[in-house]
Amino acid sequence: MQLIACPWCGPREETEFSYGGQAHVPYPEHPASLTDEQWAHFVFFRDNPKGPFAERWAHASGCRRWFTAVRDTRTHKFLEEVPR
Amino acid sequence: MSRIAGYGRVDRSRTITVTVDGTAYTGHPGDTVASVLLAHDARPQTTSVKYGRPRGITSSWTEDPTGLVQVEEPFPEPMLLAATVEASDGLVVRGVNGQGRLAEVPDTARYDRRHHHCDVLVVGAGPAGLIAARTAARRGESVVLVDDRPTAGGTLTGTETIDARPALDVVADTVAELAALGVTHLQRTTAFGHYDDGFVLALERRGETARTRQRVHRIRAGRVVVAAGAIERPIVFEDNDRPGVMLASAARDLLHRHGVLAGREVVVFTSDDAAYAAAADLADAGAAVRVLDARERAPQSWRQRCEERGVAVETGTLVHGTRGEEHLTAAVVGTVTDSGRREVPCDLLLVSGGWNPTAHLVSHVGGTLAYDAALGAFRPAAPLPAGVEAVGAANGTFALADILREAGGTDAPVAPAEEWPEPTLVLWHTPGEATRQFVDVARDATVADVARAVGAGMTHPEHVKRYTTIGTAHDQGKTSGILALGILAELTGRPIQEVGTTTFRPPYTPVAFAALAGRERGDLFDPVRTTPLHAWHVAAGAEFEDVGQWKRARHYPQAGEDMTAAVLRECAAVRTSVGIMDASTLGKIDVRGPDAPVLLDRLYTNMMSSLKVGRVRYGVMCGNDGMVFDDGTVLRLAEDRYLVTTTTGNAAHVLDWMEEWVQTEWTDLRVRLTSVTEQWSIAAVAGPRSRDVIGAVFGDVDVSNEALGFMCWADTTLDGVPVRLARISFSGELAYEVTVSSWYAPAVWARLLEAGQEFGITPYGTETMHVLRAEKGYPIIGQDTDGTVSPHDLGMSWAVSKKKDDFVGKRSHARAENRNPLRKQLVSLLPTDAATKLPEGSQIVRFCDDGALPPAPVPMLGHVTSSYHSAELARPFALALVKGGRERLGEVVHVPVGDELVAARIGETVLVDPEGARRDG
Amino acid sequence: MADGIPGLTLVHPLEGRRDALAAASVGTLLSLDLEAPVAAVDLRVDPDGSGPAAVGAAVGAALPARPDTWTALPSGLALRLGPDEWLLTSTTADPQDWEFHVDETASAHGGMAVDVSAQRTSVRVRGTAARDLLAFGCSLDLRPAAFPRGRCAQTLLGQAAVVLVAYDVDDLALIVRSSFAGYVADWLVDAAAEFQP
Repeated sequence: MQLIACPWCGPREETEFSYGGQAHVPYPEHPASLTDEQWAHFVFFRDNPKGPFAERWAHASGCRRWFTAVRDTRTHKFLEEVPR
Repeated sequence: MSRIAGYGRVDRSRTITVTVDGTAYTGHPGDTVASVLLAHDARPQTTSVKYGRPRGITSSWTEDPTGLVQVEEPFPEPMLLAATVEASDGLVVRGVNGQGRLAEVPDTARYDRRHHHCDVLVVGAGPAGLIAARTAARRGESVVLVDDRPTAGGTLTGTETIDARPALDVVADTVAELAALGVTHLQRTTAFGHYDDGFVLALERRGETARTRQRVHRIRAGRVVVAAGAIERPIVFEDNDRPGVMLASAARDLLHRHGVLAGREVVVFTSDDAAYAAAADLADAGAAVRVLDARERAPQSWRQRCEERGVAVETGTLVHGTRGEEHLTAAVVGTVTDSGRREVPCDLLLVSGGWNPTAHLVSHVGGTLAYDAALGAFRPAAPLPAGVEAVGAANGTFALADILREAGGTDAPVAPAEEWPEPTLVLWHTPGEATRQFVDVARDATVADVARAVGAGMTHPEHVKRYTTIGTAHDQGKTSGILALGILAELTGRPIQEVGTTTFRPPYTPVAFAALAGRERGDLFDPVRTTPLHAWHVAAGAEFEDVGQWKRARHYPQAGEDMTAAVLRECAAVRTSVGIMDASTLGKIDVRGPDAPVLLDRLYTNMMSSLKVGRVRYGVMCGNDGMVFDDGTVLRLAEDRYLVTTTTGNAAHVLDWMEEWVQTEWTDLRVRLTSVTEQWSIAAVAGPRSRDVIGAVFGDVDVSNEALGFMCWADTTLDGVPVRLARISFSGELAYEVTVSSWYAPAVWARLLEAGQEFGITPYGTETMHVLRAEKGYPIIGQDTDGTVSPHDLGMSWAVSKKKDDFVGKRSHARAENRNPLRKQLVSLLPTDAATKLPEGSQIVRFCDDGALPPAPVPMLGHVTSSYHSAELARPFALALVKGGRERLGEVVHVPVGDELVAARIGETVLVDPEGARRDG
Repeated sequence: MADGIPGLTLVHPLEGRRDALAAASVGTLLSLDLEAPVAAVDLRVDPDGSGPAAVGAAVGAALPARPDTWTALPSGLALRLGPDEWLLTSTTADPQDWEFHVDETASAHGGMAVDVSAQRTSVRVRGTAARDLLAFGCSLDLRPAAFPRGRCAQTLLGQAAVVLVAYDVDDLALIVRSSFAGYVADWLVDAAAEFQP
């Protein structure tokens, strides 16, 4: 049972959190101007690196704030947890 | 009878009776089933899992690969070790042959879990753990100390001295000091798993008379000190599985702990010094003992002590095999070169090949173990994972004096050093017939099996483990694992450090599922969410259904009614008079802020900014993929405030999702979301007489269609309590949603019932609601959709704005695939026999023009999503997702029901009141 | 306020479990009691702006400055639930008035208040075993030094989300969404069995 440090509430058990996938994938400014393929990449494609990965997490059972965390996918170690 | 006077820590003033395999044996508190049996020169009736060979008791604790029993009384529990089951009066067990039997009656015992937080967790209360705990506690650290045996002291037998005092006296003093220092000290508690961030799970066996039988301690520690000791390593020889073969330390443990002498004529076969202590102690207790040391030199001081006791010591001597039928009668002995074989009569053959550090908890968190050639064992290797330490035998430190120093540093007590020790000879097996040399006695896996694995091309221990099953039994290879590695190294001609190890994974010892479940059984298995009206529903005889974690009244059967009859009656009441339903479970989100209209325009497919204050609009939400994921009504409360409702089961998900957009994507929007699901309760009053009921209860409200039209809301009060009335219908009938603070929901519900009495107001449940909405073709998200259905597929293009530049899902709607005319679309299905209710989930097929089924595989056109009996239509009907369904209106398709193919006609989704004439009453 | 309105009866969400909670109490070791309903608003306002101070002035006491802490109001509590979220309760105000009163100030500072009086309910957990009891289902470090008076936390008890409030070493409260209250009460009663003589 890993601890994840909520930027607001401090370290809590991982079961208090929900996962939001890759961070920093902005919603396209003009979806209508994208090709089907470009849009599909935004909707369906995400990175899957071996190593540090910036992710969105929500402290679902706590303060309900979403934040960004960098997790090493090899070790599951959280390297950084920051608001947004 | 082999109970020896003057030995052991059992309570001889009390006698208990334990029944094993139908025979009653006497024992004492402090005994295990194994010690009771051995005290009577007996063993459990067990045979090996594959070859059916007799099995005895080979150790005195959790490492025993044999001695499996099933407890029958007080409660059936399979696959336990005779060596670890504490004897209690009335206990009934029987031997099992490698396979247990689960209880067929519910377990009435209580299990729970408890969280702990501490600076230091010490695992093991032997000399290393006790001193490590004492040192930390004296420093002012908060300490939890766990140990799996009933009493502290580890392998200390009572013959040792610490600080020139009997070691067990020092143990007792230390335990008392720990208690005084506030240490949480748990015996009979096995740390079975070590996880990230200093998290350890430990199982406490509290006993049959305790209120809670077993407890899982969830311990979060700043540091974890692994002082779990070591496990003696056997040496493999022919027929080494015969009852009567035992680890040397086990015989010593049985003698000093339980006062049991496990044999009278004892051969000790060793390649290590420690077994000499067993030889000396058993000789002192009256056994005839002979030591066979595989090494060329015996340790000098021990040889002397053996001579004093008349214990013969032969060096350079090996055990090659055993003789006996059900039990050992002799050891076959020879030299290293296998010359001069002879038989030495004995009834107990003790074996010791050295010691393996119990470093499992280091390994669980990724700590590496390195091979130590001097020990013939793997030990924790630096650097250990952060916050993890190993001390004492678990760290490969075996001499008591060294252990104490390692655990206590300058604060350590002192023990005399061992004189003139001889190095351990690493010996995995002696020469002999490989098919009878058992590496894993629990799995009947031999040296020949390892050779066969190597012959099949396997060289990695993980492969060999799976091929031979070595190390996969209840003991998880506590004694056999290292032997398999050593033999694999030998067979493949590699140094053992290159062979590597298999990975230790939790649990260290078996844990019952009941213990892991804890109190999350029965009513506490999953939270049950209820509305303020739940007690009323119960009193009204409702049958409930689970919707997410909610209990919702499904229908209210009257005497003699089944669900079909009750639902038909409830449906008819709503369509002809008036019904009332508890809709409080709907998710409700208060959306506030100047940018609330902007947010909702982006999240709903339809336009919410144009909704006027006082009005209600039905809305659909899609994901980025354009597929419907929730729907509900939206009330505009003010220019900057909306009340959004979600489906019951999806409320938390929708709120999280909305928060994700607001918090991570559109952070510039001035809008905040508040869950008010439980704040407001909703009574849905539906049917042609609903206006009469609402008018009667809320006398000061003009409930005419002109004043309060369809999809409008109005605020009022009832006896001073604020109430909101909204003209929302999920049945097509004239209907009102009455929203009130949940504090007053039962009171308002009672008023509505009272006022509806003269119209025969009928409480209806979710099943009736489902039928009524299906008759109107309203989909249930999650029942008629499955995450691959767009609003267009549902025939809801009307709810998708064409004016908005963008909303979540809009771009996906324009993808080529989403315009495919062959997509599955929602339609109704009317069975042409007007009698068969099509099972939900049924596949839909279509006959060829000649009336025959197409050749297999028969193409599937879609499936039935909802299906009910309709009171209004006086027939069954269904909703279905059908490929190109909108183009197939009027077509007859077939649905398999049992062995029949039932014909059904595809039609429009709205089957009742397609003109919508009823909604205004 | 709780029963100030004639005619309609206010029903406590745990009314049906009042007796069971009382029966589960064990002398000075443990007492479990329903707390009377209170008016409550969820306040959202920029923590770095002038809002918190202004709302504090309007409700009669400074709002807690750090998440997961609470301060006392003249007749209620201010719990800080998150970076920009507070729960403000009043034992004397009417829920509608309380929302209006807090919202009036908050909205002037770009914030807002939403009535959540009936959204949650509360169980008081007192006694020398109170923290022990909670340790059976809460993963937070509840030792008094780590969770002293003045702390609160949104976390899980068993499988339910709760707001845990530390009033004192032997005095805590669980604020729970009313739909989960029955589960939490049942959980508490079951856990309390451990402390029965």
